[in-house]
Amino acid sequence: MTAVSLGMPRVYHGEGNIFETEAFPKYAAKELTNEQLRANLGFATHKIRTKREHVVGELPDWQGLRTAGSMIKQRVMANLPEYLEMFEKNFTAAGGHVHWARNAEEANQIALDLIRAEGVDEVIKIKSMATAETGLNEYLRENGVEAIETDLAEEIVQLADDRPSHILVPAIHFNRTQIRDIFLKKIDGVSVDLSNDPADLAEASRIRLRDKFLQSKVAVSGVNFGIAETGSLSIVESEGNGRMCLTLPDTLISFMGIEKLLPSFEDFEVFLQLLPRSSTGERMNPYTSLWTGVTPGDGPQNMHVILIDNGRTAVLDDEVGRQALHCIRCSACMNVCPVYERAGGHAYGSTYPGPIGAILSPQLGGIENEYNSSLPFASSLCGACYDACPVKINIPDVLVHLRGKAVDHEKAQGDFKGGKKDPHYQMDAMMFGAKQLFSSGKLMSLAEKGLPMSKLVTGKDHKISKFPGLVGGWTKYRDIPEPPKESFRNWWKKEAPKASRRDSSERVDIQALIEQNKGKVVEAHQQAEQRGQTIAHPAEEKEQ
Amino acid sequence: MRIALFSTCIVDGMYPKVAKATVDILERLGHEVVYPQGQTCCSQMHVNSGYFDDAYPIVKNHVESFEEWDFDVAVAPSGSCVASLGHQQPMIARHGGNEDLAKRAEMLADRTFELSNLLIDVLGITNASEQLGSYFPHHVTFHSSCHGMRLLHLGTRQQDLLRTVEGLEYTQIEDIDQCCGFGGTFSFKNADTSGAMVADKVMHIEKTGASVCAGGDVSCLMNIGGALSRKKSDVRTLHFAEILASTKESPLKIDGPVSLSIAGGK
Ligand code: SF4
Repeated sequence: MTAVSLGMPRVYHGEGNIFETEAFPKYAAKELTNEQLRANLGFATHKIRTKREHVVGELPDWQGLRTAGSMIKQRVMANLPEYLEMFEKNFTAAGGHVHWARNAEEANQIALDLIRAEGVDEVIKIKSMATAETGLNEYLRENGVEAIETDLAEEIVQLADDRPSHILVPAIHFNRTQIRDIFLKKIDGVSVDLSNDPADLAEASRIRLRDKFLQSKVAVSGVNFGIAETGSLSIVESEGNGRMCLTLPDTLISFMGIEKLLPSFEDFEVFLQLLPRSSTGERMNPYTSLWTGVTPGDGPQNMHVILIDNGRTAVLDDEVGRQALHCIRCSACMNVCPVYERAGGHAYGSTYPGPIGAILSPQLGGIENEYNSSLPFASSLCGACYDACPVKINIPDVLVHLRGKAVDHEKAQGDFKGGKKDPHYQMDAMMFGAKQLFSSGKLMSLAEKGLPMSKLVTGKDHKISKFPGLVGGWTKYRDIPEPPKESFRNWWKKEAPKASRRDSSERVDIQALIEQNKGKVVEAHQQAEQRGQTIAHPAEEKEQ
Repeated sequence: MRIALFSTCIVDGMYPKVAKATVDILERLGHEVVYPQGQTCCSQMHVNSGYFDDAYPIVKNHVESFEEWDFDVAVAPSGSCVASLGHQQPMIARHGGNEDLAKRAEMLADRTFELSNLLIDVLGITNASEQLGSYFPHHVTFHSSCHGMRLLHLGTRQQDLLRTVEGLEYTQIEDIDQCCGFGGTFSFKNADTSGAMVADKVMHIEKTGASVCAGGDVSCLMNIGGALSRKKSDVRTLHFAEILASTKESPLKIDGPVSLSIAGGK
C-alpha cells in the first residue's frame, strides 16, 4: 500500500478492558446462582434507588436540568475537535502538559514513561474508570511499578485481587464480613480482632493509606470534567482520599477520555447538580476538586493530562449510538436496572457494567466482537435506565439500534457454527417465518385456522410446559397457556356485523374531544382513591 | 364514533377473549367497532430482536391495512404495541428508505390509542361501575407494564379504571415499577435472568393476597401467568379489559382453567 490514502479516515476501535469475556446469558447464568451476590446487590441497589428518587424529587426543575445536561453534551460532541484544541491550549498555558493517546496501550505507555522519569516504583491512585479501561494497574505491575488504589472500595477490590462490579461502588458484591476477611489476610499489621463494623474497617484502611499519601511522589487520577474554556480539570468524590492524591504528590498524571469536556465554566454548574444526586443520592458530594494548571509552591508542580480516544471516535461516528459519549458515569442506570440487579456487574465483562456498559462496550470495541455482540441483548427494554439517566441517554433506543447492527453483522457472516442447533440459526428461521406470516392478514388467518402448536405440544392439563430449541428458555421457567380454539380474526369474520364503507368527511374531531376531557385523568384518579387504597403513583403525565 | 380495533398479534392468536372484551366495552358505550382484516402485528418483536429488514413489510402491512378503512380513532388493548407504532414504525420505514411510509405511520400512530388512554382521555370515562356497569367481586392486584408506564406515560389510568369497578378490592403490589422480565425474545435469549425477574414479580403478587393479577399487556401477563402456573399458584392473570367487560348480568368467572374463560363477548 502507498503511504497516502485518500477518502474517509478509518474508524479505529478501542482495546483494553472493554470486552465481554463470554456470552452474556452464560455469564449471567453463573452469577445468578451466587446467592450472596444477589442479596448484596438487591440490598444495595434498592437503597441507592430510594435515596436517589428522594433527592431528585426535591428539585422542581429536574427535567429541565436533564435537558440542559443533554444539550451541553450534544454541543460538545458536535464540536469536539475545536473544544479539544481549546482545552489543550488553555491547559498548556496554565503550566500543564497535554499528551494524546489513540488507544489504551499508548495511554499506559505515556504514563509509564512519565512515572519512570520521576524514578519511582510506586504511585497512588484515585478511583478512575479510564485507567480501569486501559488496564493501567496491570500494565504498570508488569513493568515493575505498583499502583496503590486509595478509594476504599477500590482498595478492597484490589486487595482481593478481584475486579470492580459497579462504577460507583466497586465492591458492591462484598458484604462487611467478607471485607473484614480480606483486610485480615492482606493488610500487614492489622489487628486480629478487627470487627466488621464499617468504622473499624475504614480506620484499618486509613492507617494503611496515610503513609502512602505522605511518601508518594506521583499520583494518577481520572477526570470527571475538563473545562475547555479555562483548561481546568475536576474530580468529584466522597471520601477525600482523592483530594490527598491531588494535593500531596509532586507529579499528577490524569487520564481523561476525550468526551469528558464541557465548553465553559458555566456549564459545570449544571453537572454539579446532576451528578451527586444521580450517583450517591446526595444533594452535594463532600469533595469537589477543581484545578487549573500549576501554582508555584502549592500542590503538584508537574501536571500531565493524557487525552484518550480508545474507540471514542468510532462511537462518535454513529449518529444514534454517539449519545453514549454523554455519560457522566453516575451509575444511576445500573442502580435501577433489573438485569444488573440480578446478574451483577461482572457478567458484563468490560469495565463498564449495566445498561451503559451494554451500549458503550460494543461501540468502543466493535459489535463484530463475538461476545460484545451479546451485550445489547442483555435488557428487557423496560426503560428504567432512560428515566434515571441525568443526561437523558436513550439507552433502550441505542440498545435496539445496536441489536440491528449485531444481526446485520451476524447475517453478513453467513455460516452458523452450530448448524441448525445454532441459536442464531434458530433465531433467523423464527424471524423469517414470523415475517412471512405478519406480512399479510390473509396468511395469518389461514395459519391461525391450523393452530398446529396447540395440537402438538399441549399436555393433558391444557398447558405447554416444555418447548424444544431456543424457545425452551421460556418453558424452563414458565408454562404457556393452551392456545384458543379460534383466533379473534376468524371469530370476527363470522360474527361481526358488516360495516359499510364510510367517507372521511364524517370524521369526529378527536383533538377537540381530548381538549374537552382534559381534567378526566385527575377525576378518574380521585374517584378511584375514594374507593379504597391510596396509591402514590402520579395520575398525570410526567415530562420526559 | 367509529373505532378501528388493532387486536395485536398475540391477542388475536392467543387471547381473543381480550379483543372481544374490548369490543364489548366500546359497543356498550354506543360506538361502532371495525376490524381492518389485513392487520397482523406492530413489528415490535422483529425490531427489538434487531431484524429491521424483516420488520419493514410488517410495518407496511400495518399502515396499509388501516388506511383501507375510514375511522375516527384506532385502539389496542396493549401499551407496548401502541408505543411501538409511534416509536418504532417510523424508524423502520426510514431504515427502509421510505419517508412517505414513515409519515403515514406517524399519522396512524397519532390516531391509535391504548385502551385506558382512549376510555379516559378521549371518551371521558372516570368511573367504570357507573359508566360501564363493570362488576367484579374479587381481590385484584395489578402489574404496570413498562412500555405503558414509561413510553406512553399512562400513569395510573389502568389501575384507576379497575379501582372504580363495583365489588373489586384492590391491593397495590410492592415495587410496581419493576419489569416482569418478559422483554420479548429476551425471555428466552436471556432465560435465566428473565426467570429471576419473573420469580420476584410472582413473589410480590402472592404477597398481596389477591386472587387475580390484572395488567394492560397480555405479553407480560403470559409471562407472569406462565410462572404462576409453573408454581401451581391459584392466582390468575387477566387483562383489565376483561374485568371492565364483566357485569352483574354476565360476570367473568375466575374458577376453572382461566385461559379458557371468555368474557361476555358481543
Ligand atoms: S448512562 Fe446515564 S445513568 Fe448511566 S452512568 Fe451514564 S450518565 Fe449515569
